[in-house]
Amino acid sequence: MKYQSQKVAYWYFLAAMALFGIQVLGGLLAGWVYVSPNFLAEVLPFNIIRMIHTNALIVWLLLGFFGAAYFLIPEESEREIWSPKLAYLQLIILVVGTLGAVGSYLVGIHGGREFLEQPLWVKFGILVAALIFLLNVSMTVLAGKKTAITNVLLMGMWLLSLLWIFAFINPDNLSLDKMYWWFVVHLWVEATWELVMASILAFLLLKLTGVDREVVEKWLYVIVATALFSGILGTGHHFYWIGLPGYWQWIGSIFSTFEVIPFFLMMSFAFVMVWKGRKNHPNKAALLWSLGSSTVAFFGAGVWGFLHTLHGVNYYSHGTQITAAHGHLAFYGAYVALNLAVFTYAMPMLRERAPYNQVLNMASFWLMTGGMAFMTFVLTFAGTIQTHMQRVVGDYYMDVQDSLSIFYLMRWGAGLAVVIGAILFIYSIMVVRKSEVITPGSANPVPGE
Amino acid sequence: MAEFLTKSRARNIFYGGSIFFVVIFVGMTVHSHKYVVEVSTAGMPLSDAVIRGKHVWEENSCINCHSLHGEGAYFAPEVGNVMTRWGVQDSPEDAFEILKSWIESQPSGIEGRRQMPRYEMTDEDIRGLAEFLRWADQTDTQGWPPNDAG
Ligand code: HEM
Ligand SMILES: [Fe+2]
Repeated sequence: MKYQSQKVAYWYFLAAMALFGIQVLGGLLAGWVYVSPNFLAEVLPFNIIRMIHTNALIVWLLLGFFGAAYFLIPEESEREIWSPKLAYLQLIILVVGTLGAVGSYLVGIHGGREFLEQPLWVKFGILVAALIFLLNVSMTVLAGKKTAITNVLLMGMWLLSLLWIFAFINPDNLSLDKMYWWFVVHLWVEATWELVMASILAFLLLKLTGVDREVVEKWLYVIVATALFSGILGTGHHFYWIGLPGYWQWIGSIFSTFEVIPFFLMMSFAFVMVWKGRKNHPNKAALLWSLGSSTVAFFGAGVWGFLHTLHGVNYYSHGTQITAAHGHLAFYGAYVALNLAVFTYAMPMLRERAPYNQVLNMASFWLMTGGMAFMTFVLTFAGTIQTHMQRVVGDYYMDVQDSLSIFYLMRWGAGLAVVIGAILFIYSIMVVRKSEVITPGSANPVPGE
Repeated sequence: MAEFLTKSRARNIFYGGSIFFVVIFVGMTVHSHKYVVEVSTAGMPLSDAVIRGKHVWEENSCINCHSLHGEGAYFAPEVGNVMTRWGVQDSPEDAFEILKSWIESQPSGIEGRRQMPRYEMTDEDIRGLAEFLRWADQTDTQGWPPNDAG
């Protein structure tokens, strides 16, 4: 930790990990209701559990991004954060808002647009927090050194905050409601968040591999260019069947196919940088998470996204367990694993120690990643059968679901592995058992050019 | 990466290209917005009952179990075409009656079957919901879903 004010990131990461715990436990519970449908049905219906599961995910990922920004911006712009006090105020607003939202959901107060169920005051709180954040980091960067990493990170953060405006726009016309809803949902995960992801990944690789900044930053611009060129019009892959014009079937299919490219590039970027790297950073677990994140993002978002993105396929698979399979692996690879990479990298520094509990941390990577992969496979099988029985043959939904129970049981088992992995991860970050500097081998003898 | 692609060139392509695609996207959004209002949802008026129904749908967060036009949760049946499936799309009165008896018979309490919660709703609410679902059903969704199973 070179700058005192980086310390604020520590509290963001703690809050994020607490919510991460709630998120995966909520998921485990929801998965259990699929296995045993009467469980808690009268007390805590499925829709409330799911709301907590998805909202906790989104908020903790955002907390992680904010924390990552507060951690890396001082190092990049070579100065302290403009106002650490505001950064803490922002965190308090977000935590209060989150607790308020969860409390409201438990007593049945919520909106009805998927993922945007937060009561209005919480939505405003998020807006205010985002504005505080933007002010704070923009002032820091403006006063300091400007790098491609901070450029792209700030642009991503500004744009995603701007898109939050659409969380307040809810037309009475359902088709319009759906169209603008995707401006938040799709343009977050398949455009603006990719900017955030790519810049954080670039920062991590810069630090972990010691590759030349020029090289890293050129890659970064190419990656984010392909992300926006494909992702903006790629929004059309959600406009096929909700009452919008037919031309979206072609625009959406073509451009969303290109969305695979930025994810492929991020994966290649990570491996090429490690290959070229001259440095042997002692935090091997952070490197594992960085490589793992970009790889699983390529499979979850890229491959599993492409699987059902062409309109001819989507006509049959739309809104089945195929969608669920993709959503899970994409979020995990791209955004969960990336955040965990940042925590793994930054936490030892924030606590001013050498890397610790590396083996435990890496074990948690394999447990979580294995669990998510297995979950994705079983949901994909379930979704394939569902698509055939329901969409091709025309069997009734509930009957089809009954024939999928074995997959839901296996999905729950996979979820249990993920939860154990998550607990292991949090433990390995929070409880220092031993410093574990894995002695590096000799650095790459023939550094690439 | 090739020499002609310098960092500053890559940056300029990124900014320029992004603005280009944003402009196209905004243009297509404006057109789509008009198309929704004038064509695809114009078959039935957006009445007070429909709007009320949409609010009831939202307050109870039905979307976190059901899907509507294929979006939402995947825990319970698609409802974008439920009025067609029940054969009441063309009769507001029948739609109201059948929806009322459905809602009032929940939860089924059947062991091993997914449960829909009990919602205390006024007749006006239920009528709104029925109209909202009929309104959604008449939307031109480019032929989706493939069949009545949803
Ligand atoms: C990290 C990036 C991504 C994340 C986090 C993500 C997540 C999700 C989620 C959660 C949904 C379900 C939304 C709902 O509730 O209705 C979804 C739907 C979808 N995603 Fe992605 N996605 C990502 C990238 C991609 C990419 C790159 C593609 C295409 C190549 C893609 C194609 C699709 C399609 C076609 C659907 C609609 C599925 C349906 O019709 O039911 N996604 N995505
Ligand atoms: Fe998308």
